[in-house]
Amino acid sequence: MIEAELSRSVARWCKGATGVTGAAKLSGGASQETWRFDIAHPDGPIGAILRRSPKGYGAAPTRAAGLAAEAQLMQLAYEAGVPSPRVMHVLTPDEDLGTGFIMQRVEGETIARKILRDDEFAAARPLLARQIGGVLAGLHRLPQDKLPALRSRSASQEISELERDYRSLNWPKPVFELALRWLRAHDPGPSAETTLVHGDFRNGNLIIGADGLRAVLDWELAHLGDPMEDLGWVCVNSWRFGEIDKPVGGFGSREELFAGYEAAGRKVDAARVKFWEVMGTLRWGIMCGGMMQRFREGPDHSMERAMIGRRASETEIDLLRLLAPRGG
Amino acid sequence: MQDEPTPIELTKAVADFLRSDITPLITGHQAFKLRVAVNILDLVTRQLTQEEGSDASEVERLRALLGMDGSVTELNRALAERIAKGEVDLATPGLAEHLWATTMDKLAVDQPSYASYRRELSRGE
Repeated sequence: MIEAELSRSVARWCKGATGVTGAAKLSGGASQETWRFDIAHPDGPIGAILRRSPKGYGAAPTRAAGLAAEAQLMQLAYEAGVPSPRVMHVLTPDEDLGTGFIMQRVEGETIARKILRDDEFAAARPLLARQIGGVLAGLHRLPQDKLPALRSRSASQEISELERDYRSLNWPKPVFELALRWLRAHDPGPSAETTLVHGDFRNGNLIIGADGLRAVLDWELAHLGDPMEDLGWVCVNSWRFGEIDKPVGGFGSREELFAGYEAAGRKVDAARVKFWEVMGTLRWGIMCGGMMQRFREGPDHSMERAMIGRRASETEIDLLRLLAPRGG
Repeated sequence: MQDEPTPIELTKAVADFLRSDITPLITGHQAFKLRVAVNILDLVTRQLTQEEGSDASEVERLRALLGMDGSVTELNRALAERIAKGEVDLATPGLAEHLWATTMDKLAVDQPSYASYRRELSRGE
């Protein structure tokens, strides 16, 4: 059982720890798992989260930064005051837990629909768009000389990679072709400034409490690039969960997001944000196609994955709303 | 010609059974999976009901737009290629209308409760 290995691990780095209780797997793909558990301690239990690749799954997917980089980024963010869980321990090979890290568990909600509907978050919701702007500004300001090695991508390279992914699906979609043409025609070129980009900053990867944003999760797609990419991605309609008139995660307006970002001393380029929103919408659509392919080819033959293939059309209507809006 | 009930009636009967008789008996992760299963059957029922009509209109529009004949798959592939080459774009008469009509027909089957679709539907045509 994983609790035995975790108990041995915590005894080494958590002073006074007497063991581990309540280990439960929260999510798990083939190569990466998230577990929650409590560290038993004389001062009271300490909530913790394990993120790991089990033994034998060392290789990260090409776009992912890897768990070691993720741990380093989260710790850096935590130290800089960007809401992020504190990293408690990076796994070592002799612990027999695979590769990954253990972090402090931040209480709150990540399920987007609950955050957007439940009374508990009613007071936080109107504040979130602006707050997200401020947090992204802090994230984009993390010191580059302390960052782990990360891939670096310009807008042009991102378009080419996306096009390659799309063509490999052999899934001709006129709306996606139109979006690719639009992206090429509106390629903003290299950004004036290259910063850390979170890469998956959206409703669903944020821990929200009654008081607002508590932690930014899932740093695995972090890279170096145009900071406006994060502002565009957080506005993709797929992350508004029905609240389509509130572009920022279903919480609020672009104006509030931009105001929060600029109040923290950084500048917004709205045209670049729009470019990345279109790119993000297409990216999610192509990812839906990728899930369909994995369903067909067998590694994950689940009904859920099959149905995600049928969500690509959601991104088609959203792309049309962005690129060929009808009426007023 | 195959006998009846039709696939639409049969699929709907299974979906209704799972929804009304089985759903109350199941909890936890299996209940989530069951909901997905029922959603799939509902999608299949919608597709069986609507596909014939929407494909026929799509082919008609594509023939006019491309000036050629073919199956709905062939014509879609041809349109995708022409857009990729820049031979057809939003300035081409009929393209935007075609893409909108086709996409609305897809959403009507895939995700009729998707908020963007409901918004566009409320504009009327």
